[in-house]
Amino acid sequence: MIGELSRRQFLRTAGAGVAGTTLGAMGFGGAEQALAQSVRPFKLAKTTETRNTCPYCSVACGILMYGVGDGSANNKQAIMHIEGDPDHPVNRGTLCPKGAALLDFVHSDTRLKYPMHRKPGSDKFERVTWEFALERIARLMKDDRDKNFVAKSKDGVTVNRWTTVGFLAASATTNETATLTYKVVRSAGIVAFDNQARV
Amino acid sequence: MANQSLNLLRRSASTDTPPVTGGQTIEVAKLIDVSKCIGCKACQSACLEWNNLREEVGVNVGVYDNPHDLTPNSWTLMRFAEWDNPDTGNFEWLIRKDGCMHCQDPGCLKACPAPGAIVQYTNGIVDFVHENCIGCAYCVKGCPFNIPRISKVDHKAYKCSLCSDRVAVGQGPACAKACPTAAIMFGTKEDMKKQAEKRIVDLKSRGYANAGLYDPAGVGGTHVMYVLHHNDKPEIYAGLPHEPKISPLVAAWKGTGKVLALGALAFAALGAFFHHTVVGPNKVSEHDEENAAELAEEGKSSKTEARPV
Repeated sequence: MIGELSRRQFLRTAGAGVAGTTLGAMGFGGAEQALAQSVRPFKLAKTTETRNTCPYCSVACGILMYGVGDGSANNKQAIMHIEGDPDHPVNRGTLCPKGAALLDFVHSDTRLKYPMHRKPGSDKFERVTWEFALERIARLMKDDRDKNFVAKSKDGVTVNRWTTVGFLAASATTNETATLTYKVVRSAGIVAFDNQARV
Repeated sequence: MANQSLNLLRRSASTDTPPVTGGQTIEVAKLIDVSKCIGCKACQSACLEWNNLREEVGVNVGVYDNPHDLTPNSWTLMRFAEWDNPDTGNFEWLIRKDGCMHCQDPGCLKACPAPGAIVQYTNGIVDFVHENCIGCAYCVKGCPFNIPRISKVDHKAYKCSLCSDRVAVGQGPACAKACPTAAIMFGTKEDMKKQAEKRIVDLKSRGYANAGLYDPAGVGGTHVMYVLHHNDKPEIYAGLPHEPKISPLVAAWKGTGKVLALGALAFAALGAFFHHTVVGPNKVSEHDEENAAELAEEGKSSKTEARPV
């Protein structure tokens, strides 16, 4: 084909090309569907919205977790975005830098998902059942309390102290959970104690 | 169309703009109240999260700025400036959230040679359309605030989109939503100006006589505005330009230069047309043909002569 193109034909075609480009530059180009192309689709369309509480600190901000997947057998649901819950009275939709980055916390490889146990002398944590964990914790606490509980001070004043164990409780709890935690811990005599109820 | 609330106002390197439909659009604005910012960087986190961007873990050089500068991934950045106030003797820590200002007269869009790579919507948002970007970095030259960054991965320009995808469905930008002290507000430009007015009255009553709104006229006003306690010297806020203007080079190249070039093109086209009609195309006369045949003969004989057998 290209061999049959005469010099004149070539110039004619090239001229038409130049004319077209010039017309375009002067503003005669077709009105493209530029807008549809330019706006990124809203990524939360067709996602499942789930309310939860931020797990970090005891401010306990409300969060909205957005999940993709319909949960069918071959389409597991996964969280793809997290932002503040505007209806939550604590934060009214706002979040701190850690809360705003919760998505990576959820998907982190090193995130703690179940009870882990490092046996005496071992150098690594192993997964254990909740039953095992709770029983072991209860056993050790009981033994320690029996050994170190201080009912009366040197001066004979009743103090009911248990100072050899500390208790660090969750932040993302309800008022009821916090009250119960407080009652259990204080009635056992534990002094070193922190949880959400502090706030 | 994906959404009805965004209409194009301008498009880079093109004079054709789709007609605005659906009545008047309200101009939006983000108001950053520097006096309320605590520098927590929730806006940076929220921006990375919403836009599916992640930043490399960097190196601490002894300042709070993290990362050290805007990058193709970090579209917003808290800049921490320290300033000795000579009037009060106070040491002031000025924290400014840097990012695209969404100028009404965007220098990046003016400078951009790629059709449709930079667009401006009627609500004021200036957006980069990466499919059309050719990575020439003219926008970097055109920007009076030094905002766009070129990616080393795909060689395209990146900057804050004012979350145009969120705004299109009636939500505010991710940074404004996250901000725990409400130092970042989002709404119509008019409302934001009113909000700023209140803050300025408050700041003045607290001894900041020069408190004011940063909405520079040199770029036609911006759709990201600052409330500054020292509006008389914006440069102390990590180099916020005093009177930002589009570089005269860009203005000359894309303004007068473009008109002249188009004029030259039109002149050439007209000239060619008239030359064609008046003089007409070159015709090959019989004399020419004879001449050519003679020359060809001569060429042949001279060749054989030149090559001794």
